Amino acid sequence: MKKVLNLFLLLLLLWLGWKFADWALIRAVWQPDAAACRAASGACWGFIVEKHRLIAFGTYPYEEHWRPALSSIFLVALWALSAVRSFWKPGLILIWAVGLTAIGVLMWGGIFGLPYVENERWGGLILTLLLTTFGLAFAFPLSILLALGRRSELPLIRSLCVAYIELVRGVPLISVLFMASVMLPLFLPAGVSVDKLLRAQIALSLFAAAYLAEVVRGGLQAIPKHQYEAADALGLGYFQKTFLIVLPQALRIVVPPLVNTCIGFFKDTSLVLIIGLFDLLSTIKVSLNDPAWTGFGVEAYLFAALVYFVFCFAMSRYSRSLEANSGSG
Amino acid sequence: MLAYSAADTYARALLVGLANTFQVAILGIAAASLIGAGIGLLSLSPNALLRNLAATYVEFIRNVPVLVQLFFWYALLTEGLPPPREALSPLPGVFLTNRGLFFPSFSGVPELQGFNFAGGAALSPEFAALLIGLSLYTAAFIAEIVRAGVMAVRRDQWHAAQALGLERRHVLRYVVAPQALRVIIPPLTSQYLNLTKNSSLAVAIGYPDLVSIANTTINQTGQAIEGIAIIMAVYLTISLAISALMNWTNARLR
Repeated sequence: MKKVLNLFLLLLLLWLGWKFADWALIRAVWQPDAAACRAASGACWGFIVEKHRLIAFGTYPYEEHWRPALSSIFLVALWALSAVRSFWKPGLILIWAVGLTAIGVLMWGGIFGLPYVENERWGGLILTLLLTTFGLAFAFPLSILLALGRRSELPLIRSLCVAYIELVRGVPLISVLFMASVMLPLFLPAGVSVDKLLRAQIALSLFAAAYLAEVVRGGLQAIPKHQYEAADALGLGYFQKTFLIVLPQALRIVVPPLVNTCIGFFKDTSLVLIIGLFDLLSTIKVSLNDPAWTGFGVEAYLFAALVYFVFCFAMSRYSRSLEANSGSG
Repeated sequence: MLAYSAADTYARALLVGLANTFQVAILGIAAASLIGAGIGLLSLSPNALLRNLAATYVEFIRNVPVLVQLFFWYALLTEGLPPPREALSPLPGVFLTNRGLFFPSFSGVPELQGFNFAGGAALSPEFAALLIGLSLYTAAFIAEIVRAGVMAVRRDQWHAAQALGLERRHVLRYVVAPQALRVIIPPLTSQYLNLTKNSSLAVAIGYPDLVSIANTTINQTGQAIEGIAIIMAVYLTISLAISALMNWTNARLR
């Protein structure tokens, strides 16, 4: 009985796999030729080939595409470098500072003979990566403050932090993004305008901070009470106790769940599409608007899924390996 | 679900949006729970093939943004399915077209009239894509929660139940499930909340949920603060209500 079921399942899987391979590979069209695509009964990867520049770089000036390409490589390299445990030293901050300055120079230009490109024209993969990087960079310190505040003995600070965390976690990200894109300008004095990219970045950071704060709080709660008491017995003040004794241990525990929250955040940056920024998903959606190429949404979104999957899968494998290491060490 | 005409007030429009949000959230929660529990149990199955299948599903779905998945299902439903005149009919009376999914209901059987089907019940492609996308996405997370919950029940509980001569499904039903549920319910609550909050992505594929209608209202009236306050107040109320309900269930199980 078991064997029959297994055989049946295996056959079913093989059949489905064959159907998919037939559509995606055998009968697929790889040349950027819309007419051939419409005639064929398979997938149309020619669409991706035709639009790869727009998808990868958005509306960045065509001749300057090497700049976001190089920036994307730099940024991914920085992330990869930071994932190695033996690089977790203060010098890493310096490497990041140098790396981000280089990326800023490359992307904006205006010096070293590079033409200036305003950030309204940034798009594609680099925008997704930058939104993730800066979102986390701002959210992380804020989340530590929120987590500490939530465990504070001062009722006012505690209730403010609880209210912030619960409020943000109770509403969808899209409402926070709408707030940043339509409500924030109303509160600024006349004549002051904050750029759309920056507004979205602030909204994403404020949103991520609430979720990260709960992860950090989990780490704080996992620190045994005697660590606090020992620090008190040594006569350490609140700040010394927190920053020298408690936080270093708490953050070490929560690295795997932090990475998982980062994966979630990376996926969430795709929502900036709704407020009109040209991130990776948005450039894919826009390239479908070309009248010559409408109707290839399935292929386009499979490709989007593949790109996001590669990044997220790498991060989740990394998080697993960290968990495995901390378990044995 | 509710009737709406262009002459109605904004309040009526927002109410319709709220009803639509509830509709997709409630159906989505039901579907995601069923699929998620099924896949979670499959991932614990003694059969290696089934186990790997469940693990692959979870790994793929969790690592792709839900917005991409919604666009994918919407593209598949509107581009992959034929127009009404060449509708696919897997069962008599059920028609799959790029204008929506039609099936028989108490009011009658769908029939081709002019350019589209009339009669019976219909799901618009927007609603169907949102429901499929949200259910399958959340199901992957629920599967992991169910798996962790069942694994949290100590091995000796299984052995003791087996020693008593219970069958596998009875062990699951009477010994493991009651203990696992205590572990499962708190994280399950936050998945239900996530699904409800993710239903706001309806705005991206054109399903008229609360956020989508509030957004239109803001564009037409310019009352941004009020519009966003309404969205936030509604979601906060839903969040608090679901948490309260789940806390109550949790307290009863103990």
